[in-house]
Amino acid sequence: MSAATNAPPALNGNCGGKPVAIEVQHIVKRYGDFEAVKDVNFCVAEGEIFGLLGPNGAGKSTLIRMMTTLIPVTAGRALVAGHDVSEDPDDVRRMIGVIPQALTSDQDLTLEENLLIYAKLYGVPREQRKKNIDAVLEAVDLTKWRDAQTKTLSGGMRRRLEIARGLVHNPRIFFLDEPTTGLDPVSRIAVWEMLDKLKTSRNLTMLLTTHYMEEADKLCDRIAIVDHGNLVALGTPVELKNSVAGANVVEVHFDREDDEWQGRLEKIEDVTSVVPEGSGFYRVITKSGSKTTMQIVELAASLGETLTSLSVQNTTLDDVFIHYTGRQLRDEQVKPVFMMPPRPGAQP
Amino acid sequence: MNRMFAIVEREMRKFFRSPTLMIMSLMMPILQLVIIGNAFGGKIVGTHVAVVDHDQGPQAIKVREAFDAVAANIKTFTTMNYDNEVQAREDVRTGKIDAAVIIPAQYSRRVYAQDAPELGIVVDNSDLFTSSALEAEMQSLVDALNAPQIQDRLTKAIALEIVELYPYVNYLKYLLPMTVALAMYISVMIGGGMLYIDDKARGVHEGYLVTPITKLELVFGLNIAGAMKATLSGICIGVIGSLIAGLGVVFHPMIMMQMLSLIVAGSIAFNGMMFLLMVRVDDPLVPRAMFGVLNVLLLYPSGAMYPIASFPKWMQAIGVIDPFTYVIHGFKAVLLKDGGWVAIWSDILFLTVFGIATLLVATPLFKRTL
Repeated sequence: MSAATNAPPALNGNCGGKPVAIEVQHIVKRYGDFEAVKDVNFCVAEGEIFGLLGPNGAGKSTLIRMMTTLIPVTAGRALVAGHDVSEDPDDVRRMIGVIPQALTSDQDLTLEENLLIYAKLYGVPREQRKKNIDAVLEAVDLTKWRDAQTKTLSGGMRRRLEIARGLVHNPRIFFLDEPTTGLDPVSRIAVWEMLDKLKTSRNLTMLLTTHYMEEADKLCDRIAIVDHGNLVALGTPVELKNSVAGANVVEVHFDREDDEWQGRLEKIEDVTSVVPEGSGFYRVITKSGSKTTMQIVELAASLGETLTSLSVQNTTLDDVFIHYTGRQLRDEQVKPVFMMPPRPGAQP
Repeated sequence: MNRMFAIVEREMRKFFRSPTLMIMSLMMPILQLVIIGNAFGGKIVGTHVAVVDHDQGPQAIKVREAFDAVAANIKTFTTMNYDNEVQAREDVRTGKIDAAVIIPAQYSRRVYAQDAPELGIVVDNSDLFTSSALEAEMQSLVDALNAPQIQDRLTKAIALEIVELYPYVNYLKYLLPMTVALAMYISVMIGGGMLYIDDKARGVHEGYLVTPITKLELVFGLNIAGAMKATLSGICIGVIGSLIAGLGVVFHPMIMMQMLSLIVAGSIAFNGMMFLLMVRVDDPLVPRAMFGVLNVLLLYPSGAMYPIASFPKWMQAIGVIDPFTYVIHGFKAVLLKDGGWVAIWSDILFLTVFGIATLLVATPLFKRTL
């Protein structure tokens, strides 16, 4: 099944009549002969959390960098808050907050100093600065660390400081490039909750990139799946899951590995695809989880084989991703992100 | 303008929050001043010279008495008696002693007969400094032995009277201008070079680029901060170095003004040069690889240690466009000669123009995008 035929209607960039915060039209980015982003279209409605989901090297960061004026657009157009990123970059910069992938706040400076510098860079009026800093520190729950040096914070707290930094000038649109990469699961969940709260309290439009399925599923109103520079699917998490033929996934583990298992499983009624995962593990996508489960048990019994485990689950974004790209996100080798080593004596 | 000052503020706050970095960038040039100043300026004393006396006559005794006088007074060397000339040569060769003086047989007779008397000296000329010092000392001893006991009332020889314009300049004082210039350069090298590229690699600049700051505000902010840091280094080392070298003139108000002008102009020039070199560099290893060599490439042709006139033409050409040349010339003129504004205005002018010119070239090369 091709991506184009299964993709939800929003793939053409239609925001369903809602006020548009970001509009990307036929955008292309080339580096010499290499096309990093290929004719991508989408729009983000005001107040929406929009996710760009894809593996490293898919073109997510390139897309976000074009929208935040960090790299020039080769062809096409991107409008952010009504301003063209190529023609009015300064107007775009005034309307947006950006959280880069790396933690870039100055470690030697206090939290307040970091925020103050950025308030000045964004041109926040002098009388407004303290008020804004108080508000964003409160929003990210770092008020009591205000005078602490940034190097004394944990990774999760530093990420929250970065988020506060991006909000210090009250932007309308917030770009986050892999905001939870490198965080432990507890800190990651804390960041999700905070972003969700910020969206509501500040009526922010957010565009974030991620390669975490769970993050996209929990946080985003709509998700665009990007692969090899192409936008291959776009919709709400529910729409995307529904767009995949087969509503359930049955994970089965046979005691004994046999080359014929895949063929046998594919012949079962309602099964749409079978993904072998090695060592007797199979991922069976089916229209009816309960019925297929019964049939697998019967099949194993009739052949005198033992089932080590059997589980049924609803379609996840993992399945959606496999469906549209033909591979699993975790198959992709994760590229190391360059981080400067801390200066000797600095706390990690 | 506020945005530009925000960059300056950030850089200065970072600078003052890194005391180790600050102390090291100040301490190293001071250490260099003390070590190089004493290494170059010290007289050679306590070397060992063998005396092989094949003559044993009255004139040989006179020579040995002269050696004893040197050992007792200026202490350039002490003598050791050797019977075997071959052993003395071997000991010079193996480094057990520094030189051997050979007084040949019949030396006294030849002196009395005025028959071309000769003394021999065997030196280890792989050690240029020691051998030159010993040769010079021996030559002056021989000259003294040759001088007539009673001088003519009207001397026939032409005398050269040397007039020194300035008080004695020891090596500590002589090297102070280089030390102050080096401190400024190190500050620029660390702040404007290494930290600039490190910030770029860490994504700090990416944070700036998504704000509405203009290219000019960013370039000028970074460069003003760099020049301020170099100026602070120059002032600190100027004062501390002058105290160590015993140059009280630095506290004279006019000298302070002249020094400050040179330090500010030099800081602008060094910073502009560094920014031009680094503007398109992204790899943090590049400045680290460059700076050791760049230091030598710029410092030596400047005349900081050896006179420019002694260099080959190509090195003199580097000296002409090297900001170190003008900073050091200016500092020497102010600190060692009290030359006044007339002696340094051309240095200040060159440094200011050089700084502005390098910035003008670097600014278009600075990319407002990644």
